[in-house]
Amino acid sequence: MKQLLAFIRKEFYHVFRDRRTLLILFGMPIVQIILFGFALSSEVKNIGIAVLDNARDVQSEQIISRIQSGSYFQIKDAALNYRDIEQRFKQGEIKCAILFPLNFGSDIYKTGGAQVQVIADASDPNTATVVTNYLNNIINNYQQELNPTAKLAYQIIPEMRQLYNEEQNGSLNFIPGVIALIFMIVSTALTSVAVVREKELGTMEILLVSPFKPIMVLIAKAVPYLVLSLIDFIIILLLSVFLLNVGVRGSLLLIFAESILFIITCLSLGLLISNLTTSQQTAMLISMMGMMLPTIFFTGFMFPLENMPKIFQWISYIIPSKYYYAIIKGVMLKGLGFGYVWKETLILAGMATGLLFVALKNFKIRL
Amino acid sequence: MEKAIICKNLTKQFGDFKAVDSVSFDVAQGEIFGFLGANGAGKTTAMRILCGLSYPTSGEATVAGFDVYKQQEKIKRNIGYMSQKFSLYDNLTILENIEFYGGVYGVSGAEIKTRSNELISTLGLEKEAKKLVGELPLGWKQKLAFSVAIFHRPKIVFLDEPTGGVDPVTRRQFWDMIYEAAANGITVFVTTHYMDEAEYCNRISVMVDGRVEALDTPANLKNRFNTNTMDDVFYQLARGAKRSGD
Repeated sequence: MKQLLAFIRKEFYHVFRDRRTLLILFGMPIVQIILFGFALSSEVKNIGIAVLDNARDVQSEQIISRIQSGSYFQIKDAALNYRDIEQRFKQGEIKCAILFPLNFGSDIYKTGGAQVQVIADASDPNTATVVTNYLNNIINNYQQELNPTAKLAYQIIPEMRQLYNEEQNGSLNFIPGVIALIFMIVSTALTSVAVVREKELGTMEILLVSPFKPIMVLIAKAVPYLVLSLIDFIIILLLSVFLLNVGVRGSLLLIFAESILFIITCLSLGLLISNLTTSQQTAMLISMMGMMLPTIFFTGFMFPLENMPKIFQWISYIIPSKYYYAIIKGVMLKGLGFGYVWKETLILAGMATGLLFVALKNFKIRL
Repeated sequence: MEKAIICKNLTKQFGDFKAVDSVSFDVAQGEIFGFLGANGAGKTTAMRILCGLSYPTSGEATVAGFDVYKQQEKIKRNIGYMSQKFSLYDNLTILENIEFYGGVYGVSGAEIKTRSNELISTLGLEKEAKKLVGELPLGWKQKLAFSVAIFHRPKIVFLDEPTGGVDPVTRRQFWDMIYEAAANGITVFVTTHYMDEAEYCNRISVMVDGRVEALDTPANLKNRFNTNTMDDVFYQLARGAKRSGD
């Protein structure tokens, strides 16, 4: 036990004296949370809009003032003509435009069917959809206010709720994804590099000749990174609660337990990689390419899995982070209990056991 | 005299290939034993078995009185090891390296403290004790690595080409340390490619193609081969080798 402690202390020295490792350990999670939380926000705000108001009557003015009042749109100087609008779209100054025809106001009352044109830049389809929906809502609301007493003979009023994230906070979804990603980096990549470094330096020989058991070498390597992963995890949780206002709904204990399970899976992967490689670069490359990219692509936190071709969906089943992502999303964001995530937990536990077994079996005593 | 290492018909076979072919020799306690051989002669394989890292295919061997088949753990506790590759951690200080290896061998905390103070003053490293090992010159590192290898007072220390890449003056100093260790009763089992170093050994063995072709004191070997350099002895023995490379 004392031997193990001496070893673990040594590992911490390595970590805290290596600036690059420190940067990856503590810089990366913070930068990622801030990036995903603010820069890559999927919410749409402050969209540039051009208004071409040929009507200049009360009705068009009222609609325009509504567009202006929210935080969604930012009206650029009134457009002069059609060509002007096109020019601004090309320059990227505006994402959408709204055009009122000459007799907009009077058409409403005389013909009962006034027209208004909404144009959106669909080179970014998501934004375009969101923007046209916003405008549609504004116009519909206005229309209802115009004739509050009018009633259709039959009316269906859908009452819509966006569960678990009613305020449409865009940061929610990616937090479990970032956590999975960080675990992959710390537990898999850094651990495999730490083991392979001993091989490269020749210190592994010394350790194997010592009475220290080979299995203990692996444990001593794994424990510090388990601890560091958990610290990262706490940092991310704190950032998401206090910086991004994403509350933790489910049991914190369950979240921690599931995270430890996933960290063990990642550590086993890292140890397995370190058994198969002899240079730090190879270990890093395999961890990055083989583990991190699939985490980004196949967990569904960046790209919806349902839209992928079947073959990619099958591949996603062998990616451990997919299950962890599902668990954390469920427990943290939806407040689900263990009863809802036991299947994923079981699969993850199976993967952890299998990987750990293979890693330990392959750990070769080599001089 | 008590024997530190005894090998009888020790053989290690990989498929048809006999890496170590029925090797027999004894090493006395406190002896400096040179283990020579060209690359690929089977030195490393034999040494691995003696260090408790692999099992022989057949034959017998004991190290520090412990059986290589059944008592690998006990062997490991009683030997020290230093390799040609530098074996301390660059980003740990001298003291931290000593503490780590002392800890791994289960030396008690208090004992580590007294011994490391002793060691640092003998090496004259008082000023550098809290410096990172990476900042030391190579010669110092090698000397320190040797001191660390015998820090837990092993019965036998295995040195695998310990002086590779070190200048002649430091090599000489390194051998002074080896002599001192031997004088304190530690058996030294050393491989080397430097024939001047072979002369420093009490006895040497020369392995060719997995067999020990010669084993005697350097003086006797030179007589037997009718020459006055160890270089020549080695050359005459090794040129008959069929294997080469690692």
